[in-house]
Amino acid sequence: MAGTWVIVEQRDGNIRKVTYEMLSEAKKIGDEVSAVVFGKSVEGLASEFAKYGADKVYAVEGDVFAEYNTGAYVAQLAAMIAEYSPNAVLFAHTFNGRDFASRMAQKLEAGLATDAIAVELSAGKGVFTRAIYAGKALAKVEVATNPVMATIRAGVMEVVESAGAGAVVKPAIAATAADVYQNIKSFVPTVSARPDLTEAETVVSGGRGCKGPDGIKLVETLADLLGAAVGGSRASIDSGWLGHELQVGQTGKVVCPNLYIAAGISGAIQHLAGMSSSKFIAAINTDPEAPIFNVSDFGVVADLFKVIPTLVTELKK
Amino acid sequence: MKVLVCVKQTFDTEAKIELKDGKIADAGINLIINPYDEVAVEGGIQLKEKKVVDEVVVLSAGSDKAMDAIRTALAMGADRGILIKQDTGADEYARAIALAAAIKEENPDIILAGHVAADDGSSQVPTRIAEILGLPHINVITEIEVADGKATCTCEADGGTLVAEVVLPAVISSQVSWNEPRYPSMKGIMQAKKKPVTTADAAAADNKVTIIEFAMPPAKQAGIKVEDDPEVCAAKLADWMKNTVKIEV
Repeated sequence: MAGTWVIVEQRDGNIRKVTYEMLSEAKKIGDEVSAVVFGKSVEGLASEFAKYGADKVYAVEGDVFAEYNTGAYVAQLAAMIAEYSPNAVLFAHTFNGRDFASRMAQKLEAGLATDAIAVELSAGKGVFTRAIYAGKALAKVEVATNPVMATIRAGVMEVVESAGAGAVVKPAIAATAADVYQNIKSFVPTVSARPDLTEAETVVSGGRGCKGPDGIKLVETLADLLGAAVGGSRASIDSGWLGHELQVGQTGKVVCPNLYIAAGISGAIQHLAGMSSSKFIAAINTDPEAPIFNVSDFGVVADLFKVIPTLVTELKK
Repeated sequence: MKVLVCVKQTFDTEAKIELKDGKIADAGINLIINPYDEVAVEGGIQLKEKKVVDEVVVLSAGSDKAMDAIRTALAMGADRGILIKQDTGADEYARAIALAAAIKEENPDIILAGHVAADDGSSQVPTRIAEILGLPHINVITEIEVADGKATCTCEADGGTLVAEVVLPAVISSQVSWNEPRYPSMKGIMQAKKKPVTTADAAAADNKVTIIEFAMPPAKQAGIKVEDDPEVCAAKLADWMKNTVKIEV
């Protein structure tokens, strides 16, 4: 085998945790692990990947890579795959990662397993477990095209520190400005002190039972105390209490934090699909028959408007 | 200008998924247009209403049942349909090959599709189609402006919002927050019956990904449930969070 490549997810040097999750998982497989990082100037990040077992770090540098764009990234990675023949290439299942992986796979006329939650790699073959129907079922699939490619869901694999050599490799630059077909006009980061919904250790979500912005405010207060991300069920998104990007469920985000707190969410199957793989689930709802209690480790049958303020006080003790 | 919208017929998102003989059971399941594709259909119709395009063509690959998805899109306001008959077991590669072959015949200026399907969750097909056709693409859009042979799109991106421009023709995939799809009117449903739909067989392509097995996720057991005075409940929940989950505040 010629090693497992992990495509780094970063913006302005801020590395997404899923990168470390993928490196740790790749390390378990035992083959040589390489991080592949694209950017304007990224060599300095190499030691970050060595901490999680990267034997090599391919630093792909150039102005054309300053911002993620499919054309230049795919042209470059295609050239590198041809030169170095990795056995497998793992991408994060982020918006960028799935865009990159899909176009790369088609260019190579190869298979691709997206949103994988379990990985088994061997020479020339990958077996991946994927959540389908937003987690209502699982499919185990085999990809045997070369290289084996998959996108990996954030938050599922454990981060394990293990020292790797982190030897920097500067590959030949094959992409040029002519490969760029998306003209990026602007990027406006989401201004939030809270963690990203799909990367957060804890998520506090509000639903119909929040009744309006006042209830959402309580959800946010609890989230901020816990350093958590805020999410919502479809009811609170459709009512305009929260932005669409915060919707948890089958037509929103699928999350798997350590702790998920559902406040005023009944637990429609659409919502359960997006959060039931969380490690711990707590629910606060006035209806004792609410389906959310069927998946909750700790259920509170009471009014969130009364529970959350006391909970905040108790947690601060 | 012409817009072509790819739609996939999927299970209703409210459907409960069960296995039968090792496969996903489909008996009695309500079928709908993939919600992300439905938004793309609405987006295409709005482009026609704004006189940016003259025609909205809807394309689906699947079994004969997918005709219902095409008819729904026609009832919403699309002009005509194309059904490519393909085994529903086709993978993302084979589907992209089949759809791209049909798109090539049509030669549209804008190709729209949902960025992901609510059933397989793959989010590969629109991007694969763009690569097959050698066209630019933009994924996960929430707004579009078309002018001077270019599309300028606002997109949901990782950790923010992106504005990007591509030269047409291009493949553009929608996020559900782009618009609110209309319900077909009674008049629209009547008209849809008369709108032309052509059918063809899928271009041959072998799957690149093999499904080994389907399984149900491990069933989550209901745990502790407390019904008491809200303040007592809150204190118990706080204890559980501190001692079992081991959260740090």
